[in-house]
Amino acid sequence: MELALKGGGFLLADVTPEQVFTPEELNEDHLQLKRMTANFVEKEIGPHIEALEEQQEGLARKFMAQAGELGLLGLEIPEEMGGLSMDKYATVVVGEEVPRGASFAVSFAAHTGIGTLPIVYFGTPEQKEKYLPGLASGEKIAAYCLTEPGSGSDALGAKTTAVLNEEGTHYILNGTKQFITNAGFADVFLVYAKVDGKLTNFIVERDMPGVSFGPEEKKMGIKGSSTREVILEDVAVPVENIVGELGRGHVVAFNILNVGRFKLAAAAIGSAQIALETALKYASERKQFGVTLDTFGAIRAKFAEIATQCYMAESVVYRTAGLMDEVCKDLDLTGDCRKEAGKALEEYAIECSLNKVLASEVLDFAVDEGVQIHGGYGFISEYPIERMYRDSRINRLFEGTNEINRLLVPGTLLKRAMNGELPLLQAAQNVSKDLMSVGLPSDNEGLEALLDMVGKAKKLCLMAAGIAAQNLGMELKDNQYVLMGMAEMVLQVYAMESAVLRAMKVQDMDVTDDHKLFVEKAATLGCYTAMNILEQHAKEVICAAAEGDSLSTVLAGMRKLTRRPNVDMIGLRKDVADLVVEKGKYPIR
Amino acid sequence: MNIVVCIKQTFDTEAKIALDSQGKIDSQGVNLIINPYDEFAIEEGIRLKEQLGGEVTVVSLGGERAQEAIRTALAMGADKGILVSDPSLEEVDEWVAAEVLAKAVEGISYDLLLAGRIAIDDGSAQVAVRLAEKLGVPSVSSVLKIEADGEKITAVREIDGGTETLEIPLPAMVTAQKGLNEPRYPSVAGIMKAKRKPLNVVSLADLGLNAGDLSPKMVVDSTALPEARKGGRKLEGEPDQVAKELVQLLRDEAKVI
Ligand SMILES: Cc1cc2nc3c(=O)[nH]c(=O)nc-3n(C[C@H](O)[C@H](O)[C@H](O)COP(=O)(O)OP(=O)(O)OC[C@H]3O[C@@H](n4cnc5c(N)ncnc54)[C@H](O)[C@@H]3O)c2cc1C
Repeated sequence: MELALKGGGFLLADVTPEQVFTPEELNEDHLQLKRMTANFVEKEIGPHIEALEEQQEGLARKFMAQAGELGLLGLEIPEEMGGLSMDKYATVVVGEEVPRGASFAVSFAAHTGIGTLPIVYFGTPEQKEKYLPGLASGEKIAAYCLTEPGSGSDALGAKTTAVLNEEGTHYILNGTKQFITNAGFADVFLVYAKVDGKLTNFIVERDMPGVSFGPEEKKMGIKGSSTREVILEDVAVPVENIVGELGRGHVVAFNILNVGRFKLAAAAIGSAQIALETALKYASERKQFGVTLDTFGAIRAKFAEIATQCYMAESVVYRTAGLMDEVCKDLDLTGDCRKEAGKALEEYAIECSLNKVLASEVLDFAVDEGVQIHGGYGFISEYPIERMYRDSRINRLFEGTNEINRLLVPGTLLKRAMNGELPLLQAAQNVSKDLMSVGLPSDNEGLEALLDMVGKAKKLCLMAAGIAAQNLGMELKDNQYVLMGMAEMVLQVYAMESAVLRAMKVQDMDVTDDHKLFVEKAATLGCYTAMNILEQHAKEVICAAAEGDSLSTVLAGMRKLTRRPNVDMIGLRKDVADLVVEKGKYPIR
Repeated sequence: MNIVVCIKQTFDTEAKIALDSQGKIDSQGVNLIINPYDEFAIEEGIRLKEQLGGEVTVVSLGGERAQEAIRTALAMGADKGILVSDPSLEEVDEWVAAEVLAKAVEGISYDLLLAGRIAIDDGSAQVAVRLAEKLGVPSVSSVLKIEADGEKITAVREIDGGTETLEIPLPAMVTAQKGLNEPRYPSVAGIMKAKRKPLNVVSLADLGLNAGDLSPKMVVDSTALPEARKGGRKLEGEPDQVAKELVQLLRDEAKVI
């Protein structure tokens, strides 16, 4: 695989516009699917959100069954097993629209993602035959059970045990799983338990003797989704229910989380657009000082920032969809593909974490400003933005907290560098050598100039990481203060690059002039904001890792790498706001 | 029973309408949908086909983008699509539309023609009936229920203060009213199948028509957006005083009584 397209490779190589997938390239089927999903969810589920929030008996199951009938639960399940064998883009477009049904999206994601996918990717052909048709139709609902009261982020610290019985036919499971989404009504539980101290994944069925449940948790948000403890007391699970390999449950757990994080990001960018629409509508109606709120510059600036952040995250998610689709499309999901699937899903672990962190934080920003735009009414439950604000918060917590996901980024990069999979250290050394030649003014303008900035941002990131690795040595992997800064830099690079490459690609496409204008302005505004953040973290990391003369030299290098043309940020914000307010929605939806 | 459903692509009901620099309605970047009444017609056609066999052909007149609308109908379960699209058809009136659709429909063997009662954009409710006239088939409008066998249909339609049940020999044209059915959502499998179904895009020349013979009988001179809604006014004072004032305002200012 070409370095630019390898997991984490974007940091080390130049990526071209042709190498990134953009939402503008979705085909007619994807667009039909997106429209259908939005229609279905808005019309069938939308009117019942309140009842759903109260967990009205049977409602979530009913919506699942309806979604199943339309095929929405089987997108990633092979055709031979009742699914539709769709690509990853289909998953994203559906994921973006389902949040129009509020917390139904969480039940939906837990079922179609981390619940069903362990069997799709790591199941035996027999398990697939047995479970996938029911999971595709919605007749059966799935849940993913990794977290325990004593182990959340520290997933490998699970205490649930599985002991083989004397006959060698069943494993006896004991333990408690905490905060399990869909637990109230799921039929199939993908439970992680330790066999001789080693994590193993089992399919546990609801009606197996010894399975019981805690009460519904009372939650801050996503109240319409079921969250309960799953209690296992001497549950006898047939040996053939092991998913993946005995003692290698972590391979299933973590790789499924990679896909889960990517899917969470898709749902988050969809939700952020909904929050934007909601706030725009409110601001177009509410008057103060005799005019509507959307005429105030202070409010318009907020719309510009939300739309810009939406654009950045959307560019990242679709780019990642392209990468994921490429590595997954040749897997033979009807057979035993455990080994290949593990490799495929691991490839973009870094990108999946970046997706999750970025999209969940963009969503939190969007709903927070959404409430602000609503003024006091944003605090009142009658207004949907109030629920969106509460519902958003979970996304930074589950599927690995954003701290854990951030730490995974430098962690995985360093590991791959050590294994020789990514020439990270060499690249860092090259930067120091190249410093003499960089920073020369270039003739590029517009998006080309922006891409130059991304190139320098990568170098800056490598330089700072290189200094940290060199000066902190083995101590670095335990220095989270520094690692968090490194994660932030990588995050900004990925977002900036995705945004610019997309904007460049779109300029040659058959889209409206406003569309071209929006992507260009949003990319510029977004990248400059990202560059400011990146610069700050680079400086912090460098100052923490170097001192004295060497620090001055590095800081001088840094100044070269951060030199960038001045842009009129306020003017950009105004232009973006004009497009957003005029359209009354995310302007390129 | 072979069925032809005529559909039109319209603006999304939530679309913001704006005029371009030439004072015409600007469709750039606007989300387009199938006219909601035409969706009832599509659904009814598919149901009748499922019940009685035969084929559903969807016919539309519009720009290139109208293919999307036809694809949606195909994804719902229609079998074939025909789009008449021609640069000279940018501005058509109901007469032209009916003339062109008649030509497109003539080539299809049909027992029943279905369409929406009205299109939500121009709201003329004329094209389907004109088309029936041109083809020389009877038509019933605003239908709430259809029962069919191979020879005739029984249709229930809205009339002032009640309903009316009619028996009509086939072939016939029926236009759909809200309440006829609940249109289905296209399933994912339906969407995937739709792209393998035939969708012919034809020009006027393909239909043997000549743009010169089709100059609209009605021309739109200008288009204006409705005046922005003004805020309400509160009348204060003694009840009989205020009532008087109100009546006067309703007559002199609002001119409604
Ligand atoms: C509504 C809801 C639904 C859920 N659904 C599911 C589900 O379906 N299946 C499932 O298995 N789990 C589920 N979870 C569990 C969720 O994934 C965990 O809550 C999450 O992983 C965090 O674990 P924890 O709550 O134990 O927090 P902790 O691990 O105790 O973390 C507390 C804080 O410490 C930080 N922290 C922890 N370790 C480190 C470290 N090494 N370095 C730096 N910082 C650290 C965390 O980032 C966090 O800020 C759900 C949780 C909720 C609330």
